[in-house]
Amino acid sequence: MNQPAPDLSPKVSDEIRKTTCYMCACRCGINVHMKGGQVAYIEGNRDHPVNRGVLCAKGSAGIMQHLSPARLRAPLKRVGPRGSGEFEEISWDEALRIATDWLGPLREKAPEKLAFFTGRDQSQSFTGWWAQAFGTPNWAAHGGFCSVNMAAAGIYTMGGAFWEFGQPDWERTKLFLLFGVAEDHDSNPIKMGLGRLKERGARVIGVNPIRSGYNAVADDWVGITPGTDGLFILSLVHELLRAGKIDLGYLIRYTNAPYLVNAQEGPEKGLFLRDADGKPMVRDRRTGQAVAWDAPDIAPDLANGVEIDGVTHLPVFRHLADRYLSEEYAPDNVADRCGVPAARIRAIAAEIARVAFEEEITLDQPWTDFRGVKHDKMVGRPVAMHAMRGVSAHSNGFQTCRALHMLQILIGSIETPGGFRFKPPYPKPPEAHPRPHAKHAPGQPLDGPHLGYPLGPEHLLIEEDGAPKRIDKAFSWEAPLSAHGMMHMVISNAHAGDPYEIDTLFLYMANMAWNSSMNTSKVMEMLTDTTEDGSYRIPRIIYSDAYSSEMVAFADLVLPDTTYLERHDCISLLDRPICEAEALADSIRWPVVAPDRDVRPFQSVLLDLGARLKLPGMVKDDGTPKFSDYADYITHHERRPGVGPLAGFRGNGDGKGRGAPNPDQIARYIENGGFWIDHIPEEAQFYKPWNAAYQDWAVARGLYDSPQPYLFNLWSETLRKFQLAAEGHGDRQPPEYLRARLIETMDPLPIWYPTFTDAETDPAEYPLHALTQRPMAHYHSWGSQNAWLRQIHGHTPLYVSGDIWAEHGFAEGDWATLTSPHGRITLPVVRMDALNACTVWTWNAIAKRRGAWALDKRAPEAEKSSLLNHLIHELLPTKGDGLRWANSDPITGQAAWYDLRVKIEKAPAGQSVSHPAHPPQASPVPKAPQDMALKARV
Amino acid sequence: MTSLPEKTQKKLGLVIDLDTCVGCHACVISCKGWNTENYGAPLADLDAYGESPEGTFLNRVHSFEVVREEATPMVVHFPKSCLHCDDAPCVTVCPTGASYKRVEDGIVLVNESDCIGCGLCAWACPYGAREMDGAEKVMKKCTLCVDRIYNENLPEEDREPACVRTCPAGARHFGDLSDPDSDVSQLVAERGGIDLMPEQGTKPVNKYLPPRPRDALEVPDLKPLSAPKTPKTEQAKGFVGWLDRALEKL
Repeated sequence: MNQPAPDLSPKVSDEIRKTTCYMCACRCGINVHMKGGQVAYIEGNRDHPVNRGVLCAKGSAGIMQHLSPARLRAPLKRVGPRGSGEFEEISWDEALRIATDWLGPLREKAPEKLAFFTGRDQSQSFTGWWAQAFGTPNWAAHGGFCSVNMAAAGIYTMGGAFWEFGQPDWERTKLFLLFGVAEDHDSNPIKMGLGRLKERGARVIGVNPIRSGYNAVADDWVGITPGTDGLFILSLVHELLRAGKIDLGYLIRYTNAPYLVNAQEGPEKGLFLRDADGKPMVRDRRTGQAVAWDAPDIAPDLANGVEIDGVTHLPVFRHLADRYLSEEYAPDNVADRCGVPAARIRAIAAEIARVAFEEEITLDQPWTDFRGVKHDKMVGRPVAMHAMRGVSAHSNGFQTCRALHMLQILIGSIETPGGFRFKPPYPKPPEAHPRPHAKHAPGQPLDGPHLGYPLGPEHLLIEEDGAPKRIDKAFSWEAPLSAHGMMHMVISNAHAGDPYEIDTLFLYMANMAWNSSMNTSKVMEMLTDTTEDGSYRIPRIIYSDAYSSEMVAFADLVLPDTTYLERHDCISLLDRPICEAEALADSIRWPVVAPDRDVRPFQSVLLDLGARLKLPGMVKDDGTPKFSDYADYITHHERRPGVGPLAGFRGNGDGKGRGAPNPDQIARYIENGGFWIDHIPEEAQFYKPWNAAYQDWAVARGLYDSPQPYLFNLWSETLRKFQLAAEGHGDRQPPEYLRARLIETMDPLPIWYPTFTDAETDPAEYPLHALTQRPMAHYHSWGSQNAWLRQIHGHTPLYVSGDIWAEHGFAEGDWATLTSPHGRITLPVVRMDALNACTVWTWNAIAKRRGAWALDKRAPEAEKSSLLNHLIHELLPTKGDGLRWANSDPITGQAAWYDLRVKIEKAPAGQSVSHPAHPPQASPVPKAPQDMALKARV
Repeated sequence: MTSLPEKTQKKLGLVIDLDTCVGCHACVISCKGWNTENYGAPLADLDAYGESPEGTFLNRVHSFEVVREEATPMVVHFPKSCLHCDDAPCVTVCPTGASYKRVEDGIVLVNESDCIGCGLCAWACPYGAREMDGAEKVMKKCTLCVDRIYNENLPEEDREPACVRTCPAGARHFGDLSDPDSDVSQLVAERGGIDLMPEQGTKPVNKYLPPRPRDALEVPDLKPLSAPKTPKTEQAKGFVGWLDRALEKL
């Protein structure tokens, strides 16, 4: 028989265009194969530092996102009532005229009445700059409802955090602890890293109430009870201290562990004892005297304090040891609360100690520290950790993240071989970040950048009477260190007129009428609510999105964005960069295809709008637009002289980090595969906060303007300053109702306390925790419009353990009703045993409102799915004090998504559609095609 | 009926590491993308945006829970595609000769122009690894990316199946399993690679590496610096005493 001879060498494509993926926030390099001018196939770029050739399901499905039937086609003007989805398509001229007519007078009279918030965009340094020029204090991106606890706790503790800030030393670590992670965050790097660990036989410990995804491959799984990670971590710290398994040399050299804490009753109590020059002091073991921390030839003490005028000043480390050696943190005393057996906590602590101190790593690499001391090698403790939303999206999340960093620091693993490594431009301590700004005036730009890191009550954004200056109440006493703003409070506060009313809500790429808001059903009501005269309570809503999302239906004016393959973008060092621990890197997107609809890249539209409004920096002296589009801005904008959005190929093309704008810069990026990378010299690759070679390199690259060495803050003076204010010291005083909470939560050392919901909910009535997991194959609400990805995850079953299954008599095909103090949802139920005993869960953001995303109204995303968001209020239950208490972390304002408690019941027989079932929205895009079977037309 | 070659010159196949697979479906979608654009008819998606979307996939990932008596339950992600069996029942059952196993490398393919869509092969495959394309009505299956692995239009390093090239965790390996010295054969030997359902007698070429033992951390408890029964004040003193001594040694 003759064997057929298929063509084994078909032509793959006409051309490969290398750009950056945007199927999630991971920002991998992609090769877009083009055939006949069409996108034919997408694969990972092997040269790219983020993904080195691999690509996840989302990335490979990008072609279907690009072809999504939900893509908006033209600017839209609302013609039906808000929420109906009834629009007419209008021209860009008209759309921009409407926007200018609304925003122009606002800027002249009251710029703060524009609230401009962006979602998961990657142009925050640009949108923030625009909002600053406009003059409104009300701008932020989505960090407040995402992972600001992680980011802020990291910056305040050690000058960096996870993901964009740093990464495990995947090539060297021998023990890796992974705490609650959304599996679509930093997704390919984590999967690649886990693969490398598995190859080397390193141990992976997963701490997560649910054993899916990464936790499924973990060698050891700790099915912790939600909201107790901090207690578990402090118990590990207890065990390590009790056994003396800590790196004392590291603590003395690189942390404020030796700093003497002022014990004098009064306004200085708990602050550092300082010399006449204001330098924190330590006790020199050689002389027994208190001296400046950086005095030469001293032996800083951790054990003993000094007595001055009858007052004993103890080192930070003594406070730390006294606290965590307490029996309240003993494994036996936390086991029940954490849902983790004491023996397991002890075993994990012992394994951390064993690997850290018996499997030390030494690199023969000399380096010099900032004190000028030369070291002939680099010594590392090969224990690395990573965490993200699972620990941070709780009302005790900030302190939990602090506790995690303290654990890493106590064993001496941060920035050492095998441990956790910062990615430039981090490390960067809070002092090197800006302070927040909110001073506004009619017709004027804001007095400085919106977001930053307060160092004390003096940096809060409050009026004389203590009222918040921002609509989201960020940087007020309610959330003093809300470094990313509090986007989840904007609609609720604007609707309540608390602290004031706004005129225009301008949103970009944030599905706030659906999966990105707490209390979704109520938020939809707030967006449509009217005043007595029949006008909308939130008078105007402008929204930009590429797709027919739920939020689109609530806008008065829609500015349609392009897909990620049709636009310019820069993944900038000024924003959320893509650097590696060993390299500086940034990248671009560029239009690999032209849009076939009347849509425009949002950033170019914003520049156009800025020029029409004559915003400073966006027009030339003659009043004409300064930038023709976003690409022009990327190339020519300078944030500081010689420092712009892209760091590579500056000046004549050789400039790294610094250099004059180069008109050929984008072309050079394209030529280089869409990115730029610059490796850190070998001697500068570890100990970055203290490594003189790193500090000098960072200055040369424009990351800092002068070396910024610093010590890690085991004790946070910033937190203590807020506590002092709450205790009655200083002239900026919190309102009475917040004093006790500030004193309790803003502890200068990490603490654990039950989440607010746990503390206030009757566990007998609401015995279960309810969580969402992010599927690896979807990103937020985007995946469901993708014909390939929705076949992987198309509905949201509620997963419950065998015990709950039996207790409620569930059978296959049953539905369950979940009730929280705020709401009720009904969805199909499925048994899963690899769960924490008191936790149920479902997938995040799969559920869709009927009519959205060009899906059929009977799609399983609408009929067999629901959002936990309906059960989560943005406020805590009322306390009878007339106040609106946010369901957020009290320090950073992070939305406490994972604090949710529920009860479960079997739904009555015959349930076939999920609850709540919102009325459909009209679709502004044509009906989707029935079947797809595509090849690119050649 | 179609006959199998008596012997193939190579046994190209996949080695899939169940210890490492995180169940991300990257392989599923890169396969869908490549094979929609390449070998044979595009892989269709019926009712793509509707109530019951039904598409053709040559590779799917299933997740299983393993409930254990003495330990916490395990979850295993299990990617499944054609295993390119030596004794492939899907080939011998084919009435037209459309299904065949290649002599040179052992890859099992469907010659779509000869396929009448009768579905016998899918019925014969004990693994459920073949899918009838809903639009084209021809049988689709994993080709081991036969149009990539020899493709002279691709750089040499890319001449591997799309699923292997894309797997973020490195859980998929490709090579010649008839060569005991190949990387894949070595991996199978080291990690105790297994056949899927060997009792079916299909002699699959693809191998699976089983998950390593889970939740087996055994390490002696840390020794406290002072006996736990010591009164609290004494314990603190004990810690400071140790600290003092340790600092002297630095």
